[in-house]
Amino acid sequence: MNQYNIKELKSGGFMKQKEKDLFSVRLRVVGGYIRSHQLPKLAEIANKYGRGHIHLTTRQGIEIPYVHIKDFRNLKKELVEVDLEVGACGPRVRTITACQGGSCSHGLIDSQKIAKEIDKRLFGKSGLPHKLKIGVTGCPNACIKPQENDIGIMGIMSKICKQDLCNLCGLCAEVCPVKAIKIKKGKLEFDENKCIGCGDCVFSCPTGAWEKVTEGYRLFLGGKMGKFPKLGIKAIDSIWSRDEVLRIVEQVFEFYKREGRKGERLRDTLERLGLEYFIGKYCD
Amino acid sequence: MNEVRVDERIDLSGVICPNNFVKIKLKLEEMQAGQILEVILDEGEPIKNVPRAVKEEGHQILKVEKIGKYWRLLIRKHEAIT
Repeated sequence: MNQYNIKELKSGGFMKQKEKDLFSVRLRVVGGYIRSHQLPKLAEIANKYGRGHIHLTTRQGIEIPYVHIKDFRNLKKELVEVDLEVGACGPRVRTITACQGGSCSHGLIDSQKIAKEIDKRLFGKSGLPHKLKIGVTGCPNACIKPQENDIGIMGIMSKICKQDLCNLCGLCAEVCPVKAIKIKKGKLEFDENKCIGCGDCVFSCPTGAWEKVTEGYRLFLGGKMGKFPKLGIKAIDSIWSRDEVLRIVEQVFEFYKREGRKGERLRDTLERLGLEYFIGKYCD
Repeated sequence: MNEVRVDERIDLSGVICPNNFVKIKLKLEEMQAGQILEVILDEGEPIKNVPRAVKEEGHQILKVEKIGKYWRLLIRKHEAIT
């Protein structure tokens, strides 16, 4: 064991098991997406170096348990053959989770694409007070649970109602989950303040009166699970550009890296300094 | 407004998602392009899910009306789908 440093191993995604010299190897997976040609290789690796056992993690990751420390180098080499690499643990940017927003019939943004972009910019980056988890969900149904992540991104939609096309059938009022739409005295009333941007009205409208204007992003910050779970706070209700949301995510990383105290999760840093402080100093 | 001529009817009251949509899909497959299907759906999940799914398949929803606690839809089969 002497030539190996446990901390260094953890940074590279090797997690010590109860059993002496055995580790669980975490892979870098984005949004739970893996190519079919990579799976047979993983099966081969799990048979060769582990016990033929693959663990699917709660955050869409893959781990191969029961790998002996002496096999790390060879295992890493074999992963590279199918464009895979080991993941991150410790005080770093962890696996970026994402739903199938690009193809799901409810999806408002291509969450896989956003996740890949964030992964490219931030994955595994260190120098943080604690771990930093990021999740991207395609719509307000929130299947990826963005509010459980330090940084959660949710796809939303802005839209308009072309009253001249509306035949007052009432379907949008029926499907709206927050009752932002009402048909009153032969007229459609829309309360924009209640609207959560799910787009259900647009998807259901039989006449095309409800029309999508653009897709956007809602940002949640400070969500965490663990011993003291807290849901993320809605930090920015709507961001209407992809470049802007990516820039803000990078700014959250910078904020947490510079201003967080050792051992603090992003939530603690935000509670100590205030959300307004972050927005004012890092988002302008 | 004059009511259009209905070619087929399907009563899906009491039928849960996604079975209701599957039944509509199968029924539309038997029909000719441009023909009209009348559908009765429950309130709640069915009326939330079915119209959007029908639209996504490219069909046209001509009419939507609430009758008591049911919803009645008139669907015109997409011209391009045979």
